[in-house]
Amino acid sequence: MADQQDFADQAMEYAPQLYSAALRMTRNRADAEDLVQEAYLRGFRSFHTFQEGTNLRAWLFRILTNAYINKYRAKQRRPQESDLGEIEDLYLYRRLGSMETAAASMSAEEQFLDVFTDDEVKQALEELPDNFRLPVILADVEGFSYKEIAEMLEIPIGTVMSRLHRGRKAMQRALYEYAEARGLTRTFDEKQVDVANGD
Amino acid sequence: MANCKETIRELDAFLDGELPSDVRTHIHEHLDECVDCLQAFDFQAELKQAIRRKCSTDDLPAGLLGRIEMCFDADFDDDGTIGHADGA
Repeated sequence: MADQQDFADQAMEYAPQLYSAALRMTRNRADAEDLVQEAYLRGFRSFHTFQEGTNLRAWLFRILTNAYINKYRAKQRRPQESDLGEIEDLYLYRRLGSMETAAASMSAEEQFLDVFTDDEVKQALEELPDNFRLPVILADVEGFSYKEIAEMLEIPIGTVMSRLHRGRKAMQRALYEYAEARGLTRTFDEKQVDVANGD
Repeated sequence: MANCKETIRELDAFLDGELPSDVRTHIHEHLDECVDCLQAFDFQAELKQAIRRKCSTDDLPAGLLGRIEMCFDADFDDDGTIGHADGA
């Protein structure tokens, strides 16, 4: 039986990751802090049920996710099953051509995707409705398997896959829209006009 | 062997490491021969890594660790021992 005294020793290292995930879930710092504290409190109280040698990180994230769903999802007024619309596969990849200028201005060491700030990527993720945002957080930020995510969210694996697929595309569309808003996407005609004007 | 359409359809599962090994092998074979699909896969892989990297850069609020640790010191049932008498 796992000893509660061990909980502090073993569980605290995951606080930064749990906080980041909580922030992406709740979208505000105060709620994220509350959520993390709640998760640790629940973890502490139920640590005697934790099987030594099993995945403590997954166990803690399951508690965090469950706490989020119970505490915050009920409060949201916006519909949870939002329609993201039809978004084509490889949405951002297919539009790289229109971002050539932005890409060309980067140094060799910079990766193309650094054209997006951390805040933009976080925002693109946080804009996703709950049903899509949670699987993307758990898969892309925290690296959990489909099976683990299915257990945490209490949904079938097929639903995890489908929501990941659609959520990721929606995130790419959001990122592209930020690039457009910043004027980083130019059409071929626009570039020709620049050249003609001596820009 | 897989064609482009099938390959792109399996892209998410491939990058998530969720494909059975025989399907994975078919995809690899196609990627060895198809530069277009390989470039798409490379970009999506980079995008996934960028998301992980960029969404993990939050500073822990001052005092949060301390507040969490206060929970562990809580004597829930006032019996002088941490936690509950029955270990709950």
